[in-house]
Amino acid sequence: MSQTFILNGIETPFTPGQMILDAARNGGAEIPTLCYLKGAAPTGACRICCVEVKGARSLMAACSTPVTAGMEVTTNSELVHRARKMNVEFLLASGKHNCLMCEANGNCRLQDLAYFYKITKLQFREKDEKDIYPTEDQNPFIVRDFSRCILCGRCVQACNEVVVNRAISQGYRGAESKIVTGGDSPYNESECVFCGQCVEVCPVGALTEKKAKGLGRPWETQKIRTTCPYCGVGCQQWLHVKDGKIAKVTAVEDAQPNQGRLCVKGRFAYDFIYSEERLKTPLIREVDGAFREASWDEALDLVASKFKSIISEHGPDAIAGVSCARSINEDSYQMQKLFRAVIGTNNIDHCART
Amino acid sequence: MTNSFADFIKAKLILMIGTNMSEAHPVASTFVKDAVLGGAQLIVVDPRRTDMVDFAQMHVQIKVGSDVALINGIMNVLIEENLYDKKYVESCTVGFEDLKKKVMEYPPERAAEISGVSADTIRTLARRLASVKPAMLMYTLGITEHICGVNNVMSCANLQMLLGNVGFECGGVNPLRGQNNVQGACDMGALPNVFPGYQRVDNADARAKFAKAWNVKSLPDKPGMMMPTMMENLTTGKVKAFYVFGENLANTEPDIHHVEHCLQSAEFLVCQDIFPTETTRFAHVILPAAAWSENDGTFTSSERRVNRVRTASVPPGQAKPNWWIFREIAKRMGHQWASNSAKEIWDQEVSVLAPSMAGIKYRRLEGDGIQWPAPTEEHCGTPTLHKDGKFTCGLGVLKPIDWIPPAEVPDKEYPLVLSTGRRLYHYHTRTQTGRSRGINDLLGEETADISAADARKLGVADGEMIAVKSRRGEVKVKARVTQQVPEGLVWMAFHFRDACANWLTNPVYDPITQTAEYKACAVRIDRLT
Repeated sequence: MSQTFILNGIETPFTPGQMILDAARNGGAEIPTLCYLKGAAPTGACRICCVEVKGARSLMAACSTPVTAGMEVTTNSELVHRARKMNVEFLLASGKHNCLMCEANGNCRLQDLAYFYKITKLQFREKDEKDIYPTEDQNPFIVRDFSRCILCGRCVQACNEVVVNRAISQGYRGAESKIVTGGDSPYNESECVFCGQCVEVCPVGALTEKKAKGLGRPWETQKIRTTCPYCGVGCQQWLHVKDGKIAKVTAVEDAQPNQGRLCVKGRFAYDFIYSEERLKTPLIREVDGAFREASWDEALDLVASKFKSIISEHGPDAIAGVSCARSINEDSYQMQKLFRAVIGTNNIDHCART
Repeated sequence: MTNSFADFIKAKLILMIGTNMSEAHPVASTFVKDAVLGGAQLIVVDPRRTDMVDFAQMHVQIKVGSDVALINGIMNVLIEENLYDKKYVESCTVGFEDLKKKVMEYPPERAAEISGVSADTIRTLARRLASVKPAMLMYTLGITEHICGVNNVMSCANLQMLLGNVGFECGGVNPLRGQNNVQGACDMGALPNVFPGYQRVDNADARAKFAKAWNVKSLPDKPGMMMPTMMENLTTGKVKAFYVFGENLANTEPDIHHVEHCLQSAEFLVCQDIFPTETTRFAHVILPAAAWSENDGTFTSSERRVNRVRTASVPPGQAKPNWWIFREIAKRMGHQWASNSAKEIWDQEVSVLAPSMAGIKYRRLEGDGIQWPAPTEEHCGTPTLHKDGKFTCGLGVLKPIDWIPPAEVPDKEYPLVLSTGRRLYHYHTRTQTGRSRGINDLLGEETADISAADARKLGVADGEMIAVKSRRGEVKVKARVTQQVPEGLVWMAFHFRDACANWLTNPVYDPITQTAEYKACAVRIDRLT
């Protein structure tokens, strides 16, 4: 028999061991979070998910408080909302959260919460510029803007508990607190392997993609799901596209097989397609060895006529081909069909053996 | 892979052989690391101390090319100590007696002599493997890129069958594919002996079926040439025209001097690619192709999952989808093909002709894709092959296998072993990663990785330019002194043209698959000053 607790006055089932956050969400109650990271141990760091628990001395963090049978939980009382709003106000004062100049504008949970709580001015004094660690962006991919960091620790958890690269940790104490890599050295001098999982999970604008800067706001880009062109794992990606150009790549959450993860190549090595060195027109080699541009008709006619003459002179087995293990299935299908059904040879292979 | 990536995080015991997963398949490795954090045991068998060793309970540091001997030694212990799965072996496999006879020739002491792994370690390893069920075996090119690649693969299968680990979630034999669609290219029949869906060309019924579908009178019945044979035959004149689609053979194949001689010998070379490469230099015609995100289509991953690829941008200039180019050539040779998009090719041809993919249609691929076999449109795909030890082909065949050494072993003149592979930041010959902003900043040049012991012996300092020489060629490259590499081994990748390992590698091949022995040849290091 499943056990129950009282969620906003309604008897609701839960699984023993479940935290209030999960049980309440299953029960249909919306609870905001900032530091909570699925798959990692809850830290209760941000207190945005606070709820009222009858009999408790103070509000409890829903992400890290286990449900017990009969527990009475209120997720939407005035007390709860007042506390959450004040937490947001504290966070807004903890750095420089000027959205106009932020890469995460439109993709920021703190911004969403400030809007939800109708916060129009800062209630507390903003942290002094001189007390904020300078931005670090020595590496090619990730900008670390400490003026926007709310110390939620999601990047630390993603790095240590999800992708387990063990490059990021909490550094210093109290007002000096800072998320650090490699004993507080720049990313590119640390153990970091640039998988970018920290950027993926950052709920604010503290960690953003350097290459994406200026290429498109979230409301301007279209998300297109595709499959990574590198190794054979088949990670699922979102291409964030504006005007036919990829602004950035993120992982598809909860998708098989990568479950929201990517590596350095999948996340950052997408823009080769825009290289000026791309082949843009068919080329035919001249007698002197130099290539000249040709039309498709001329190039294809040349290939077809050359193949036909070789077949008639030497037979179909005098032609051989290798297909591409990076291109789509349909391309390999077409190539083997061309070789077998049109040329008449089984001399078709690809690099599976090398 | 017999199993799925989703198994990795749930596995209780993981045996990795010849896979540098955190660099070559980084996302897959994160799930292995998660499993270890959750209490799973990890055993890494590799000549190098790869990064995954940090997470392993055991690092079994074998000599390059000794896999069969080590696995025979493990199986010897399993049988001697009665630790193998008798019930599974009896009910699900054949050939046990022959296997037993063979592995009895490999007591741990003999396996130790060949592999450099102590007999005690082999015994411990065998007992550990037998203590957890199921155990999951993963391998990559460290197993296949040897002249005995097929034997290495069969040894992995022998071991997993003897342990009763094939056919169960979190078990199985799992080769991780190095490229996004190498699985798919095989599935589509870009192989000299099979049509799409692995239907053999020497089977008359299969030929009749495809001839009808493709509207031709007959189809060739003799298996064709594999790639190394094709290249060799460019020099003999048996092959006149060579069509290279999206491959940079001049950098990826062993012994570049010889490869370029072959390419140079082609009477007519067609290259179809997205960039000019070292290979297109030899072409007579170059056809510009649409790239990854300029196409609608499908890739099939290592776990047999057919995933959608979608168009995000238009190809540059006049570049065209590859399927269109092949269709146009067919048209000019008198064949009109009906399908006029990737979707039509898949839905009207591939899924109709390949029974294992019959249930896979584009409209079913909107989400996470489908793992073949999926024989009907109601079938939701197959995460685990040979379920419960019921092998697709009937019974699992245990094959007795003998160890043979690599084709070229160190001697006085070339006293070191060269082994090759991939590094994290780059992919193959860098046609893609080398043109993605920022990647070259993280890794801008090749190195020859050597041990501190060899560096001392040779008087080479970390970062010093050295010459690495083999019987085939020579490269000048920076030495990188690292704990990853044991004494006697040099390790290099093939990402950078100038210091590409393939100037040195040995063009010798597995007799069945013609996979080259990239993982072992003999070299020597000379100081340049």
